[in-house]
Amino acid sequence: MSVTRVDKDFDTLTLTVVAEFDAPVERVWRLWDDPRRLERWWGPPEFPTTVEEHDLTPGGTVTYVMTGPDGQKSRGWWRVTSVEPPTSLEFIDGFADQDGAPVPDMPTSTVRVRLTEHDGRTRMEVRSIFDSREHMENLVRMGAVDVFAQSIDRMDALLAD
Amino acid sequence: MVVDELTDEVVDHLFHALADATRRDIVRRCVREELSVSRLAEAYPMSFAAVQKHVAVLHRAGLVTKRRSGRQQLVRTDLDAVRRARQVLDELEATWRARVDRMARLLAHDDADPAADDPAADDRGRGGNR
Repeated sequence: MSVTRVDKDFDTLTLTVVAEFDAPVERVWRLWDDPRRLERWWGPPEFPTTVEEHDLTPGGTVTYVMTGPDGQKSRGWWRVTSVEPPTSLEFIDGFADQDGAPVPDMPTSTVRVRLTEHDGRTRMEVRSIFDSREHMENLVRMGAVDVFAQSIDRMDALLAD
Repeated sequence: MVVDELTDEVVDHLFHALADATRRDIVRRCVREELSVSRLAEAYPMSFAAVQKHVAVLHRAGLVTKRRSGRQQLVRTDLDAVRRARQVLDELEATWRARVDRMARLLAHDDADPAADDPAADDRGRGGNR
């Protein structure tokens, strides 16, 4: 088990995940710092990810595209706000449209990554905060519409019998 | 509304509210956007007052929220704020757990030479995955 702790705060919309890796801090940092490595873990395997821009300096941008099983492409971006290799990284993470431009009504989160090494092992803390409850709720609404509408459709079908 | 504490009365209200096709349709429409009662009334072959009654039943069952804006009454399906936040953070947790697993696997197989671990990475970001 790599994940050692998870905290969720529903008021501040914050998720904190702490993980431990059996590797020195430089190697864990490289998973973030090297775009070829980043694209091998950021997205799920069914959505092969290609990192296009990758500038881990303050003000820098990372952009990526994921391709789904049906060929559908989803794009995302990071805006790097602070970086101290090999132990700390902060960025804003958001959705992009097909041209790579940020999508206005979709949520962004502020992500803070901290790496600390103890005896050759690395502890990684990732804290992710949704920047706006309103935009976060758009995310739910998109997913929830289907679930909710489907269950009501099923009720309709059952009741029509 | 705390889901674990549904009383019989609340359940009766819920089932009664959802026992009608028009009311189920109102719930469905108002998930995506807040709609005025008059907008809703245009969608059904019934009077404004009849639609207003349906909305009142849904409101009593806690399925929609109502608010006034000028002369309009706006209706929205209420998925409960806490539940919404929990759902999103649960999904985000699952995303990060999967990411951490992939990171751990990469670290277990990765060697010191960055170019050596994935020859396909050299030609173009990503070849076919394995």
